[in-house]
Order: sequence, then C-alpha cells, then structure tokens
Amino acid sequence: MIKAIEYFIEILRGSVITARHFFVNMFFHILKVMGIKTKRKGAVTIQYPEEKKELASRHRSLHRLMKRENGKPRCVACMLCVTACPSECIYVEAAEDPDLEIQKYPAKFIIDLSRCCFCGFCVEACPEDAIRMDTDQIELAQYSREDLLYDLDKLIG
Amino acid sequence: MIEILIVFIKIIFALIWLLTLTLYLTWVERKESAVIQDRIGANRASILGIRIIGLFQPFADAIKMIFKEDFTPSFSKKFLHDLAPFLSFFFVAITISAIPFGDFISIGGKTINLLILDINVGLLFVLAMLSLGIYGILIAGWSSNNKFTLIGGLRGAAQLISYEVALGLSLIGLIMVYPSLNLSQIVHFQGELLFGVVPKWGIFLQPLGFMIFFFAALAETKRVPFDLPEGESEIIGFFTEYGGLKWGLFMMTDFMEVIIVSCLLTTLFFGGWQVPWLATDGFHFPWGGEWLLSHWVVVLFQVAAFNIKVFFFSWLQVLIRWTYPRFRYDQLMDMGWKLLIPLSLVNIVGTGILMSI
Ligand code: SF4
Ligand code: SF4
Repeated sequence: MIKAIEYFIEILRGSVITARHFFVNMFFHILKVMGIKTKRKGAVTIQYPEEKKELASRHRSLHRLMKRENGKPRCVACMLCVTACPSECIYVEAAEDPDLEIQKYPAKFIIDLSRCCFCGFCVEACPEDAIRMDTDQIELAQYSREDLLYDLDKLIG
Repeated sequence: MIEILIVFIKIIFALIWLLTLTLYLTWVERKESAVIQDRIGANRASILGIRIIGLFQPFADAIKMIFKEDFTPSFSKKFLHDLAPFLSFFFVAITISAIPFGDFISIGGKTINLLILDINVGLLFVLAMLSLGIYGILIAGWSSNNKFTLIGGLRGAAQLISYEVALGLSLIGLIMVYPSLNLSQIVHFQGELLFGVVPKWGIFLQPLGFMIFFFAALAETKRVPFDLPEGESEIIGFFTEYGGLKWGLFMMTDFMEVIIVSCLLTTLFFGGWQVPWLATDGFHFPWGGEWLLSHWVVVLFQVAAFNIKVFFFSWLQVLIRWTYPRFRYDQLMDMGWKLLIPLSLVNIVGTGILMSI
C-alpha cells in the first residue's frame, strides 16, 4: 500500500517536471514576444537556415589549395594526400614544372566530395601545407554527383 | 419552421467549434510538446511568407492528407474498410450535441438553450455514443484482414470495454448527488452553493469519482499512456492498413475524443458553464456584494468559462500524453479491473452512506 502511494507520488512528480518545463519556457517565450531581452532562451532550437551556429576554430570544412606568391598552386603533386586519403577520393595528375626548386605541379587535382569523409588526413599528410580545410563552407549539397567533383579551379583560393 | 432553423444553426455552430478546436488541438499538441522539451515546434507553414508561430500548420497537414492516395488493400473487406473510420468519427462527433455550451440566450422574447439536444438521458446518450466508437476500431481491425490489425483491434476493444465499466460506475455517485441524467440540469445543480460559499461543483462533492472518471476517460481516448490499440511508435495497431484521409479521420477522432472528454469533465465535475456566484442577472457574492450585468454579458461570461475550462483540460491531457510512458498491457487491464472498478464501487457505497447521514 505504502509502495503504491510512493509510486503515485512519483507519477505526480513526473507531470510536475513537465509542467515546470512548460511554464518556465513559456515565461521566457512571452518575455521574448514582449521584446524583453533575457540571457536564457525559451528553447534551445537554432533556426537553422536563418540562424547559424558559429563554427569551432578547429572545424574541417571544404578543402582549399593554397597559392604561391605568383598565384600558382603550392602543391608539388607528391601524392602524399592521395595515399593518405582513406576514401581514395583525391585524384592528382602531375606535370613537370620548369622551376628546378619545384620540379612538379598538379595538372589536375580533383577531390570527389561525394566520397570524402572530411577526416582531414590529406591536410595532415601534405608536406607543403598546400591543402587546408578552413573555408567555413559546410553546406555542400548538390543535385547531381558530377557537381560534387571539385577540380583545381574550384579548389584554389 | 423557425425551431428547425434554430436547431440547424446550433448544429452548425457546434460542429464548427468542435472541428476548429480539433484542428488546433493538433497544433497545440505539437507546440506544447515542443515547449515541454525545450524546443520550438512546427513554425514553418506559411501563407505568402507570413507564418504566425505555425498557426497554418493544421491546414497544411489537412491538405497533405487530402491529396494522399486513398488506397484499400486488395485483400481487405472493402465496404467495411471504408466504413470504419467514418463510424468512429461519427460516434465521437455526435456526442457534442448533448454538451451544454451555456445557459440560454433570449432574442426577441424567445429563449434558446445553448445546447443542441436537451434530452433527459443526455449523460447516457454521451456514454452510449462514446462506447459505440469501439465498433469503428473493431471493424477497422477486422476488415483490414491482417493478423496484426485484428490483434490491435481486439486489444483496443478489450481496453475500451474494461474502462467503459469504470467510466460508467464512476458517474453513478454523481447521478446520486445531482439527481438527474440531463446534462443541462446537472450543470444547473452545480450552480448552487455549498455552505453558502463554495460552488457545488462535482469535484467538491465527488473527488474520488472525478479521479476514477479522469483515469478511465484518459484510457478511453486511446492516447499515451494508454495507447496500446495503436502504439504509433512500435506496436502495429488497428489502423495499419489505412492511409491518407481515412487515417486522418482516425487521428481526428483521437483529438476529438480529447475535446469531448474535456467537455465531459467540465460539464460533470467543474460546473460546465457556471462561473462561481454568477446568476442570470449578475454576480451575487457570498460576502454580500453585488455586480449586476446585462443578459448578454452574462452569456458571454458563461460561454467563456466553459471554453476556458475545456481548454485547460485539453492542455492537461496533452501534458499527460507527453509525460508518461506507455503501460504494459497486463498493467493496463489490472488497473481497469482491479483498481478502478472496486474504487468506483467504494465511491458509490460511500456516497450513499454520506447522503443518508
Ligand atoms: S578529408 Fe579525408 S577523405 Fe576527404 S579528401 Fe582529405 S583525406 Fe580524403
Ligand atoms: S600532399 Fe600536398 S603537395 Fe602533395 S599532392 Fe597532396 S596537396 Fe599536393
């Protein structure tokens, strides 16, 4: 009998908790409608397309290829990123560079973003610091797979 | 002639009231659950870019449901399969005709009662219609010709029948206190005062009866924590083979039942349209004060009181639905047969003893 009453009290406490959430949140919603700014919000929701969360500084987003002073890509087509990539989604075609210091440059550099898992290994692997993932672009959805093949023109920047 | 016209207008008003409330209860359910869970809830439905906190959402839902394919599985019993959702919708919707919205209005010397059907057995009528709603579920489960829907339908019928008994028994104490089955008379009785101060509402005279009725009525609405017939999230329920508007009718029936249960709770236990100390000519406070009001203001007060009470109970039921997990089936049956029915019998006997003293 005592047990049953204890259960009953616990059941009531459950609805007290939900009711408290309701009234507290409603209070802050109403304050917001009346134009009073409060630190606490009525909901934790971020209204995504209009409102965006700030990205952490260590985030990984769309790749970008770095440039030398003369505007050419810093990449020396060493294929280290190609080797490191677990998704095998980087394709590099090397060509000879007249500058003996550089020796090679990428004639083609394609990242297939439809397969990329944004692990950042390519960035880690690159000896020349030629590839980075800090463009802040994370909305990369496209209607066709071909649009997700990013080549040198799109990546350099 | 004019009588028929008046009844017709009353029916239209009551139906509009019920259907709008049902539509917006879906919105309230979404918003309230969101606020409880620290979210915002559906707010994207817009007309020409205007979206007032998602108030157009019910219409978007309705349009979506209307334009979905209306399919009937080839193995089902076609006629009954089509009939079932209408049965369950009809028997719930018709109960609104016995609920008093207010006392009366007088236009040009004519008094019009603010309820459609002023019959002497109003309470029995409502209970009977609510229990007939089981047929919709049973037929839906059986005519789909699918083992799981059949089990869902039987489960629903077993649940509703066991709670029907408690529902009926819990009201007998009430009928003993207010010696009438006529809902408008029950409301009139609740306008009297207890010890000259407290209004004579059902909740004060029949607290145990109220609790039993509330539990049983929650079970009648077939929503969480008593949603074993449907079990939207994991169990296969009686409306598995339905889609589109017919499924929508079942869903609307659920929400409508919530409103009808709120109406019944208000009418039977919370004084219906009665405002404490409000008589037909204004307020008469027990401490001697008076505040006389014109007829129309009084009517407005009464209808508003009824609506506020109904809104409150709808809100409470949504809160309960978003708080508790589902009962196991044997717990559900245990609670119905072993707890609520004995308690309601105790209530009847206790009421009898108290009244004879
Ligand atoms: S982020 Fe990872 S998966 Fe994507 S290209 Fe770089 S190494 Fe490959
Ligand atoms: S590791 Fe760096 S330098 Fe080597 S191919 Fe990749 S991007 Fe170019």
